[in-house]
Amino acid sequence: MEPLIYCNHVNYTYHTLQGETPALCDIHFHVDEGEFVSVVGPSGCGKSTLLSLLCGLLKPESGTVVFKGKPISDYSRRQIGYMLQHDHLFEWRSVRKNILLGLEIQKKLSEKTRLEADHLLKLYGLYDFKDAKPSQLSGGMRQRAALIRTLLLHPDLLLLDEPFSALDYQTRLKVCDDIGSIIRQSNKTAILVTHDLSEAVSLGDRIIVLSPLPAGVQNIIKTDFPKELSPLGRRNTNEFKDYFNQIWKELNPNE
Amino acid sequence: MSNHSLSAAQVAYLRSYKLHTVKIHLYRIGILCFFLILWESSAKLGWIDDFIFSSPSKLLICFYHMTFENALFYHIGITLFETLTSFFLVMSCSLLITILLWFSKSLTETLDPYLVVLNSLPKSALAPLLIVWLGANYQTIILTGVSVAIFGTILNLYIGFHEVDEEKIKLIKTLGGSNSHALFKVILPANRANLIGLMKSNIGLCLVGVIIGEFIASKCGLGYLIIYGSQVFKLDWVILSILILCIIAMALYGCIRLIEKKYRIQG
Repeated sequence: MEPLIYCNHVNYTYHTLQGETPALCDIHFHVDEGEFVSVVGPSGCGKSTLLSLLCGLLKPESGTVVFKGKPISDYSRRQIGYMLQHDHLFEWRSVRKNILLGLEIQKKLSEKTRLEADHLLKLYGLYDFKDAKPSQLSGGMRQRAALIRTLLLHPDLLLLDEPFSALDYQTRLKVCDDIGSIIRQSNKTAILVTHDLSEAVSLGDRIIVLSPLPAGVQNIIKTDFPKELSPLGRRNTNEFKDYFNQIWKELNPNE
Repeated sequence: MSNHSLSAAQVAYLRSYKLHTVKIHLYRIGILCFFLILWESSAKLGWIDDFIFSSPSKLLICFYHMTFENALFYHIGITLFETLTSFFLVMSCSLLITILLWFSKSLTETLDPYLVVLNSLPKSALAPLLIVWLGANYQTIILTGVSVAIFGTILNLYIGFHEVDEEKIKLIKTLGGSNSHALFKVILPANRANLIGLMKSNIGLCLVGVIIGEFIASKCGLGYLIIYGSQVFKLDWVILSILILCIIAMALYGCIRLIEKKYRIQG
């Protein structure tokens, strides 16, 4: 089967007047349809850069990103959903108008999509807050609203850039469990970038471990959990600890 | 909300708040009355020369005569018209130019030193030139008003446009949007408060520019009355015109406050 997205020996360097900083070096991997892949690496190793390259916001210096058999383009970006670190809900819009933003931009607002938006608001417990300002929502609710905004565009691939890092620990576990389950149930393909190893193990089918700057793929670890386990469920298994330790050793080879 | 649903403490709080507002208003009116009485009585008692300093009663009589003999309201109308026209020109032109600058980084970098110089230049220095070039008419005066406010507005708006979080623009891009989506969905809405702030300062600046223009070349308007009055030593005219300018400035500012309130309610 052809992979959904294929990252072919990609290199990326940041240029400034002070000099150049190689960020990504020979990144090579693929993601199949329906897979959930976590990417972990030391902080500041270019993980967010990788996501920007995957959705075509940045152009690789060499190498190619192939999405559905074609090089990534502005057109294919519309089939990729990207959740940023912060929800960036706009304070001058109500929650409902915020989640309709993507549809508005892509001119897909219709009675059908509005009904779907209301359905998702109900499903994720935000319907009572549809007319509220984003500042009236809790951190977890805001992140769920941001997810609805992304899901309404029916992306074939979801890119998640540490979407839980702005939340406090308890909310983070809960939202991670929520959003992980939502993505699994809707059978979406997703790539999650995180520096939190336990988050990576609890969500990923495969875990790509990046080396420090300039980041390269150090190892790809396949996890093997029963399908029906939720992210929180995974945290309670014995294998969870083993995978965690394995990745820890990958990232800290000298200890 | 009905009153009986409020707790006693809340009622007390509301009452003390209301009392406070009333008190502040009374103080304000008190200062005005005290000043007017002091002015009138010192003129009457001969502490000050009412030929130079005028007095409230003389101004009232002067107001009455000027309304009927010198078409005072025509002059007020001209000044108001020139101020409002230059204000609308300043706001719309600077918004358009800032949008152009926002779209093109090279254009911004090229024009930056020119904008900085034009902004720091005392615009009253330009007025005599404008009059020679364009003639002593109301267009020149409107242009003087525009020149006082426009460069600062462009610089301020540009800073406001660039203070918008880059990540918010990235969000628009990830949703498949273009630069113009970023402009209309993020940059402009995020700058609404900034725009209203600039409107508040510009309405005053335009009035200043228009009066400068009228000083130098005009046959009507409050600026003309002030200059003419001082030349023929009719200081009542000068002081009355200045007082009317104060009232105009307050009224224009009040209009912008109304717009601001309306926008706050609409959210």
